[in-house]
Amino acid sequence: MRRSMLFIPSNNPNMIVNGGVLGADSLIFDLEDAVSPDEKDAARDLLQHALEAVDFGKCEIIVRINGLDTPYWEEDLRAILPMKPDAVMPPKVCDAAYIQTLDEKLTELETEFSLEQGRTKIIALLETAVGVENAYAVAAASPRMAALFLGAEDLTADLRCQRTKEGGEIQYARGRVVCGARAAGIEAYDTPFTDVQDLEGLERDASYAKSLGFTGKACISPAHVSTVNRIFSPSQADIAYAKDVFAAIAEAKRQGKGAIALRGKMIDAPIVQRARLVLEAASEIEGVDYLA
Amino acid sequence: MEIKHGAMAGTLESSDIMVTILPNPDGIQIDLTSSVEQYYGDSIRATMHRTLEALGVSSARIEAVDHGALDCTIQARLTTAVRRASREEVAK
Repeated sequence: MRRSMLFIPSNNPNMIVNGGVLGADSLIFDLEDAVSPDEKDAARDLLQHALEAVDFGKCEIIVRINGLDTPYWEEDLRAILPMKPDAVMPPKVCDAAYIQTLDEKLTELETEFSLEQGRTKIIALLETAVGVENAYAVAAASPRMAALFLGAEDLTADLRCQRTKEGGEIQYARGRVVCGARAAGIEAYDTPFTDVQDLEGLERDASYAKSLGFTGKACISPAHVSTVNRIFSPSQADIAYAKDVFAAIAEAKRQGKGAIALRGKMIDAPIVQRARLVLEAASEIEGVDYLA
Repeated sequence: MEIKHGAMAGTLESSDIMVTILPNPDGIQIDLTSSVEQYYGDSIRATMHRTLEALGVSSARIEAVDHGALDCTIQARLTTAVRRASREEVAK
């Protein structure tokens, strides 16, 4: 379950050691934009030691590495792969070849460090016009691909437009990222809401992202985590309806009926699939098996 | 590793430790200033000695200003300082 992904600067010990208690489903330890070039070595050393020593509880561990067009990314991987992060997040992914180059390097290092082949997943950060246009090709580029993640700040700079809270300028990119990810059978994550103080704006922005099909959203502040988690969790009404769907199916089966209706509406395959996803998510969040 | 010149790593922020390492002909010398010296001073020094030994450093002078860093942070900052100090060029 990955609803919220919280960015943590990798050269900040205070934020790193507290990462596990901030409520996020995933932590993105950032070796890229949050670390100046002359501190890349220190951030790598700190993150390596922290991942070895600190208990981050149930949080998924993601490391945002430096881009493949920099001199840092291979050293990033060499430092953090032995610590077995769940995923790496390459920035400014432009096409399938970018992912394939990264995939080959991960395979080489997994072999060198005697790690299970393919264990390190990739969450690709799409934050350029060409990256967004190639969303499906990137999503389908490797079995390691777990998700696409839209980065709107760099994208709007590339598009030469202003970033706004309303987000009209990223409407197309959001749709294309969700569609590309879903077509490849992987998850889609929305860009962070960057006004830390505006929780009403965050609520609107996250709700809209969910309505488009995003699985979750990144956060740049711990103050945003609980709102994002709530919005991307199934509501009690969603859970009740999903349970009713499966109850209706069971009842119809008992009566030998073919067609099934619930609250005046036919239950078809997409409704069953959506109900299953709701109950799977609720089971994971609440620790209760709703599908039993 | 040989300490070829002075180098630093870390910050003066909370939960961090700023480490300065210098060449020293007379073995390991550690000068520690810590907000938790009374409780953890010996433990921090022991961590530093273990880290230096693991890195193969037998001669160095360490000046450290600690603001409550965990063991993993102490190890990391000292490791970075040692690596920077053992490079040929002087870090800018």
